[in-house]
Amino acid sequence: MTRETTIWTALFVCGATFLAVRAATSERGVGQQFAVPVEVVGLYDDTKHQIVPHTIDPTATYGGELRRSVRFDAAERGRPNVVWSLSRTIGVWIAAILTLCVFSYLYKDNACYKLAEAIIVGVSAGYWIVLYFWEVMIAKVLVKLSPDVARYAFLPDTPADAKADLWYLVPVVLGCLVFCRWVPKIAWLGRWPLAFVVGTTAGLKLILFLDADFVSQIRSTILPLIAFTTDASTKVRAFDWKQSVQNVVLAAGVLSSLTYFYFSVEHKGLVGRVSRAGVWVLMITFGASFALTVMGRITLLTMRLQFLFGDWLGIVRP
Amino acid sequence: MSTTLLDRLNSLDRRWIFLAMALAVALPILLEIGSDETPSLPTKRLFDRIEQLPAGSRILMAVDYDPNSAAELTPMSLAFTRHCCLRRHKVYFVTLWGTALPMIDMTIKEVVQAEFGSGERPFVYGEDYVNLGYLPGETVAINQLSSDIRKARSQDVQGTSLDSLPMMKDVVSARDMQLIINASGGFPGAKEWVQYASTPHKIPLAAGCTGVQSTQMFPYYPDQLVGLVTGIRGANEYESMLGAKYPQYAVMSKRPASRRGGPQRWAHRLMIGLIVLGNGIHLANRYRRGTP
Repeated sequence: MTRETTIWTALFVCGATFLAVRAATSERGVGQQFAVPVEVVGLYDDTKHQIVPHTIDPTATYGGELRRSVRFDAAERGRPNVVWSLSRTIGVWIAAILTLCVFSYLYKDNACYKLAEAIIVGVSAGYWIVLYFWEVMIAKVLVKLSPDVARYAFLPDTPADAKADLWYLVPVVLGCLVFCRWVPKIAWLGRWPLAFVVGTTAGLKLILFLDADFVSQIRSTILPLIAFTTDASTKVRAFDWKQSVQNVVLAAGVLSSLTYFYFSVEHKGLVGRVSRAGVWVLMITFGASFALTVMGRITLLTMRLQFLFGDWLGIVRP
Repeated sequence: MSTTLLDRLNSLDRRWIFLAMALAVALPILLEIGSDETPSLPTKRLFDRIEQLPAGSRILMAVDYDPNSAAELTPMSLAFTRHCCLRRHKVYFVTLWGTALPMIDMTIKEVVQAEFGSGERPFVYGEDYVNLGYLPGETVAINQLSSDIRKARSQDVQGTSLDSLPMMKDVVSARDMQLIINASGGFPGAKEWVQYASTPHKIPLAAGCTGVQSTQMFPYYPDQLVGLVTGIRGANEYESMLGAKYPQYAVMSKRPASRRGGPQRWAHRLMIGLIVLGNGIHLANRYRRGTP
């Protein structure tokens, strides 16, 4: 065993022992999850086979069948009526182990990390297939093409007066044409839906982009370099140096950055100096962007550690 | 001695840096060190806008993020929803991200149902809040939502017809909303809401975005965005304002972003230290090589 491996192993063992002892002596236990039963009272909906929660008014009369059921909400140990929840406990343990598997990559690439990665890919694919089936194939296509079939087989609450809209056959046919790419002889048909998507997206984007990102942005940059402010109570107009500096910096930043990307004139003399200032503006922007990215990643690490220390080990408040 | 130290630093195993970062984040969590933030103007403007809207105003809460950006955006989403409920606004949840459905469920469960679901005037589904669910089609869905909600979706997430929900009666499109708040984790997100809803239809829009996105979003503020909350720091600012205005939300247990502020602060200090150290090593190496 090399010296480096010994140090890292000792660190892992010490850390794991501390956490295990701390977790074993904490009140909440390790990864123990609890739930509290909550009574749900409501009218039974025959079409959906579920209870629609309802606030019971003793003076009112209800048309449907009133039913009671029990729902289990997450709760902390020690609260009245809490019960240990097997499913939630298993869920937390799986999440914790997968989190540690992903963290293990920081030490070295290994099979545990690969397993976690494969699970994420598989679960994501499954999730999207189910989601697209219900949200697109059923809710968008079947409900529009055949509301009666959708009501009978999938969505009982589809309005009874809904009428079929055969225009939806167009995207269905275009969607099916994509699969033609698998058959070499008619593969050219697969280009039609792509052409449609590219054409409509370009058309839609062009107009809206011109409005939101071009005209509006130019309008927002046209600012008074010497700004004044009016006191609401005294109605006295005074020089607003903060706003003035802000406006000057904004205008100078935009102009210098644009100069950097203006290649029709050689970047020498005044143009060169302004262009150089533009590089500084861009560098500051990239720096800010990188710093904010780091902030986001640290937050992600914080969330996972809060989960491990709180929900799993019970060392801190979840 | 100094030569040996420099050599050691030159060949430092990067895992020591990972360990240092883990400790910088873990210790404030274990010691429960949180932090408050002084509100910035873009965050304050969103807070003030929600405060000034009359009770019962319609707010479209577009929750466009997934677990990748939940660490930054969930605290924002909870704070926005909490504020809207405190002001008794009607909240319309919607998402352009299929993976955001659990995020909406969690927000509704943790805030609307747990905190405002009982009492004298409980929030009732269909009257005070509704979950319109996932709208496939990305930018086209925003377009549809801005012209006719029922074309984008005729039923809510539970399959209930929108026409049978009282709060949907006078709502034709997103143009009937007094404000759109978008918690944005990427594409489609705040930028697309600006391009397809806010700018062409003049619908007031505010955004809460991840830190990565914020440099792209700032050019839209204040003309095309009424407010902008950026990253976990922005969420912390919002929670601080909420806690100052409504003391029941001043406690740390109700402020997930503020609880993440402590680890964030120590991690940033470590980062700054490492950047200074890295540059120092670089200069020392140049000095040793004899190059200016």
